Amino acid sequence: MADADYPEDLLYHPEHDWARLDGEEATFGITWYAQDALGEVVFFDPPEVGTPVARDEAYAEVESVKAVSDVIAPLSGEVVAVNDALVDAPERINEDPYGDGWLVRVRLSDPGEREHLMGAAAYAAALP
Amino acid sequence: MSTYTAVTDGDRRAMLEAIGVSSIEDLFADIPAELRLGRELALPAGMTEQDVYEHLRELAARNRSAEDEITFLGAGMYDHYVPAVVDMLLSRSEFLTPYTPYQPEVSQGTLQAMFEYQTAICELTALPVSNASVYEGPSAVASAGYLARLANGRRRFVVSRGVHPHSRQTLETYAHGFGAEIVEVPLRDGVTDPQAWAGALDEDTAAAFVQQPNFLGAVEDVAPLAAAAPDGTVVVGAYDPIALGVLAPPGACGVHVAVGEGQGLGNRLDFGGPSFGFFAATDAYLRRMPGRIAGETVDADGRRGFVLTLQTREQHIRREKATSNICTAQALNALAGIVYLSWLGRRGLVELGELLLQRTAYARQRLGALDGVRALHDASVVREFALGLDVEGLEGVRRVIDRCAERGINPGFALGSELPEHPDGLLVAITEQRSRADIDRLAEALGAALAAEPRPQGVAA
Repeated sequence: MADADYPEDLLYHPEHDWARLDGEEATFGITWYAQDALGEVVFFDPPEVGTPVARDEAYAEVESVKAVSDVIAPLSGEVVAVNDALVDAPERINEDPYGDGWLVRVRLSDPGEREHLMGAAAYAAALP
Repeated sequence: MSTYTAVTDGDRRAMLEAIGVSSIEDLFADIPAELRLGRELALPAGMTEQDVYEHLRELAARNRSAEDEITFLGAGMYDHYVPAVVDMLLSRSEFLTPYTPYQPEVSQGTLQAMFEYQTAICELTALPVSNASVYEGPSAVASAGYLARLANGRRRFVVSRGVHPHSRQTLETYAHGFGAEIVEVPLRDGVTDPQAWAGALDEDTAAAFVQQPNFLGAVEDVAPLAAAAPDGTVVVGAYDPIALGVLAPPGACGVHVAVGEGQGLGNRLDFGGPSFGFFAATDAYLRRMPGRIAGETVDADGRRGFVLTLQTREQHIRREKATSNICTAQALNALAGIVYLSWLGRRGLVELGELLLQRTAYARQRLGALDGVRALHDASVVREFALGLDVEGLEGVRRVIDRCAERGINPGFALGSELPEHPDGLLVAITEQRSRADIDRLAEALGAALAAEPRPQGVAA
């Protein structure tokens, strides 16, 4: 994905993570800005299904040719699915950060936490 | 030598003036008086260069090197022949003088040597990835523990008592740092007790450690030990690389991480070091490997070249989350390793292993037939074996060793100094430098030394 893009239907965490809410569950990923800053992603080290995740804390690692970075959870809950396709094709995080490049699916423990997240316009405005 | 420091009084005055301080003492004004030593350090007066040289010569004369006696001392470090080609290549300034290349890709020769070394370690261990070496064997074992801790987050290490005591101690030191618990598994008939091993392993076991051959020289049946480990537990094998000429490689036995002491490969017994540790693993643990890894690639014109790869694991990028905070390779010692292996060749390594098997079998039989000597175990061995002596414990063994030393022979390692369960044990190592005649001389000296020893009370002669 060549140009910056922050879809309206997602919620954003200031550490450059997004959440797509779907009832009691949510899908997490990293934003266009994050993948662009990282550069070519070469490895995704996922959590195991069943692992608890806490808002504002690291739940996975992405490795690019430049660095290994923690991925921060925008909301709390428990991992119910991991994007296994990224094991063989981590570049999907660069190519399609909001689609095929999703990272994990989480059953939320406190849906009220969404109040802490930003909409697309607020997130885009906060970017450097 | 007392005026070794090159700063003159004039230099000192100029520096003090430049920073606006009247004396060096003023620089320490902020340190409370009760924290100051208040006197000179208790160091002897300086010596002249000529006196220093004489002093060092006297100290050196007290060393007894492996060339001054017929030595059967091993226990992790071995007196193998080091061919002249190793010294010739190691003393080339391109290899001898540089430290870690901070712009590594300009040092293609260094990187290629690392890459060739890694390739040889991969072939020896039958594992797909190797790093460019770590400090030595024990820290390689301990680093494997840290790898396991990072990989699965578990908190228990199950360790065979056949693992070298120094490796177990180093692992214990590391484990204390990251809050892991160590469970030791005893040996039975010289090898790791399979039932105790299986009983010690559980779902919370981060890593399971076995040594091949083990500290008593015995060949372990590694494959079933590895197979007993639960899913996710990292099986660590500490190997003698020389023995891999005749033993099944770790990669074929279910070992996930193979480590070991590399001294036997082209490095002499210099003051107990330096040497190097090797570290190889399965693909699954590639990104958890400590240390540097050289990789092969092509440049913009398609020519073969070498890089330091996967550096995102390393401390200059990952800081406190690095896979290791010792990112040093023992490049020169590992170079000796690859030169040695290239010199020996694939067939040579096998032939060396076979030679060691034969000479060790002869020595084991010859010494085992002596009055007052018994085998500590009957397990298969490659190059080292353990005997029990009919003497009064560790002190008796030491007296026997001293008596042999008077005849210019070092008969081996007093096991009781590291393994209290074998106070009367003697560990005897064979290399290709010990001939059949040497072994006969050892038998003679050991027999005489034992005959001079009072037999322990309650043991029939």
